[in-house]
Amino acid sequence: MRSASDILNAHRGDPTRLVQILRDAQHACGNWLPARVLSEIARGLGLPRARVEGVAGFYAFLNLKPVGRFRVLVSDNVTDRFAGSAETCGALCQRLGVKRGHVRSDGRVSVDFTSCTGLCDQGPALLVNGLAIPQVTGERLDQVVRLIEADTPVDEWPADLRRVQDGVRLQGPVLGATLEPGAALHRVLHASPDDVLATLKDSKLRGRGGAGFPVATKWETCRTAPGDSVVVCNADEGEPGTFKDRALLMRRADLVVEGMTIAARFTGATQGFIYLRGEYEFLLPHLNEVLSKRRAAKLLGTGICGDRGFDFDVDVHLGAGAYVCGEETALLESLEGKRGVPRHRPPFPVTHGYLGRPTTVNNVETYADAAVIFGLGLEAWKALGTEQSSGSKLLSIAGDVERPGIFEVPWGTTVREVLKLAGAGSVKAVQVGGPSGELISPKELDRRIAFEDLPCAGAIAVFNESRDLLEVVVNYAHFFAHESCGFCTPCRVGTHVATRSLDKLRQGRGSSAELAELGTLTRLLRDTSHCGLGNTAPNAWRHYLDKFPDDLARRLQAGFVPAFDVDAALVAARTARGETP
Amino acid sequence: MSSFTLDGADVAFTEGQTIIEAARVAGRFIPSLCAHPEFPAHGSCRVCTVLVNGRPMSSCTTKASEGQVVESNTAALNRDRQALVQMLFVEGNHFCPGCEKSGACTLQSLGKELGVTSAGFAHESPTRPVDASHPDILLDFNRCILCELCVRASADVDHKDVFALSGRGLHKHLIVNAESGRLADTGMSLEDKAMTVCPVGVILKKRQGFSTPIGARRDDVQTPRQRLEAGRKP
Repeated sequence: MRSASDILNAHRGDPTRLVQILRDAQHACGNWLPARVLSEIARGLGLPRARVEGVAGFYAFLNLKPVGRFRVLVSDNVTDRFAGSAETCGALCQRLGVKRGHVRSDGRVSVDFTSCTGLCDQGPALLVNGLAIPQVTGERLDQVVRLIEADTPVDEWPADLRRVQDGVRLQGPVLGATLEPGAALHRVLHASPDDVLATLKDSKLRGRGGAGFPVATKWETCRTAPGDSVVVCNADEGEPGTFKDRALLMRRADLVVEGMTIAARFTGATQGFIYLRGEYEFLLPHLNEVLSKRRAAKLLGTGICGDRGFDFDVDVHLGAGAYVCGEETALLESLEGKRGVPRHRPPFPVTHGYLGRPTTVNNVETYADAAVIFGLGLEAWKALGTEQSSGSKLLSIAGDVERPGIFEVPWGTTVREVLKLAGAGSVKAVQVGGPSGELISPKELDRRIAFEDLPCAGAIAVFNESRDLLEVVVNYAHFFAHESCGFCTPCRVGTHVATRSLDKLRQGRGSSAELAELGTLTRLLRDTSHCGLGNTAPNAWRHYLDKFPDDLARRLQAGFVPAFDVDAALVAARTARGETP
Repeated sequence: MSSFTLDGADVAFTEGQTIIEAARVAGRFIPSLCAHPEFPAHGSCRVCTVLVNGRPMSSCTTKASEGQVVESNTAALNRDRQALVQMLFVEGNHFCPGCEKSGACTLQSLGKELGVTSAGFAHESPTRPVDASHPDILLDFNRCILCELCVRASADVDHKDVFALSGRGLHKHLIVNAESGRLADTGMSLEDKAMTVCPVGVILKKRQGFSTPIGARRDDVQTPRQRLEAGRKP
């Protein structure tokens, strides 16, 4: 077993690697971080112990209390729910003889839910000690139980059980790119910064992570800011229902790194990071292999492409279960080994990012797009899309469709066309862009996926006529409450208060009082939250309340019903007295 | 000198000042909680949110700039502030009548200032044991509003790093720098700056109960608004 000092040495005693160190230490200590280990790490890094504990306490995958030696986490996205995740969770608990959220008495196993793991097209999905196991029903569920009872370490589980499909259903210029490694980079190598900038501007490429910021502006600001700049790839794909970066990293990782290298060439960066969400740990060996191959081919490292002044390398950092780290400044905090709390802006990362250096942070898809633009040329790119949204967009489609998976479509495609591609039948509603996006009704299916109409970072979740939309809304609201970093009052308390109101509505105990409270919360979160998580959290419920009045009306009581349910509270006492509850 | 307008009045500022700093110097009150004149802005309570040229921004983290139109005392903003203060009350356990800090508590004063007369939301009633391990100091976490002033004072002024935050979301909480988790095993002492900065009643000196009677305490005599406005230049 590795000691704390071995782990610290492996990370060069570097405090910015704290999250990586804690992950490794937890692995070495049987899946949790005992108090004395935190003390050792703090001493080794020269950090206050409480700060180390505070970092460990922030991330959902780091445990300050013992969990099972097999920690089984069931993905709790609503599409996993509809694919039977609750049944899978129940069956696992029953077969393994453990209560959800508890550790079995022999310490072998614990089972609990976790936020969306990005395997929505292959649900219900599990993470077992961090590794993804898709489609856990029937025989595959039996297999999981047998392997745990046989104490087989998860990295020795059959490859077939751990195999994740890339899920690609429709290729476009990015997923179908046949560029040789280095082809796009070579085109940039001898171009002047002005020419590169002109191409980027002309391409109208906008960030693919959701905000849609013009890439040319971001890269140019970073290039001209004083200091050693850094290139960061945001692979913290946490928005529930989004799994398109998973496919890109499985199939086109080389293109992504090529895009990062082009950004480095342009901005003058020598250091790069891929911040990979903890749920995608299964991709780590593959990514490291891609990086090694590129180093061997002189496409990464020192003297790239034989140019002695061109040095750039990329390190993969793993997250540890925190949606908020998809927000770029929270991501940078995490990358520096801290709690993933979003920073105040300004200053923006382009001038003051990683360790205060100018930093280009872009989504996985954005870098792949940049490589395609330089590799295949502007014309092919500009032939696709709309006025304000150029090129293609990767969509990850899940829920009630015949063909869930990844579809690369031109921007401007209507929701109706997207649904047809994926084989949707009856449609009650579609969530575009995940819980922080927009829930649309069947009347809106001719709206276009584009920055000028329905912006979408990738997630499309389809719900058919049989689904309870309030179950969707409640699931999303709980997601935000679970993922709030807790920094600011409105988000920390407000997301939680919202879950109470919505739970009450779902139980059929809600009235206009709950609607008024949700209205207050919508305004408060939107206007006063510290970051985008809080600002967009009300999207989880407000579109439902606005657009599905008939559905809502059926759930409402005419008058106020107290939150306290006297009969429920008396069940235990009445049972003890032998009364029928 | 450059200036912006706050609710119609001109407020002068110097380069680098935030809106709330400039307002404070000018004797103009913007309700706030986690902002402290001796520490850099924190921006977590959001009570000081104002409209800057029509956009909601926290006035403690937004730099003042020439010609800004800042609105603070509006019905809508005060309603939002009320809700934020109510949220801070319901997430912890605040029993003002029995609290040593009553009358000198920024949360309580702000509640009065904003006309908060009810909890507004359902009480969380969390279980938060106190830490009475230290011979001279009591920590009552029930009242913590997570402003991090003690964290900052202990790190930046005392250079002791006694406090930090752990957990996240509603489970975010204050911790102390000891493997035992007890204040007695940290370097905290009565002389620390961290003893003096808590805006509520978390960090208390033991054996000092009710030395100033209720009714004669800091905010009983003069509310934070009155104190600030008393210093306003005519």
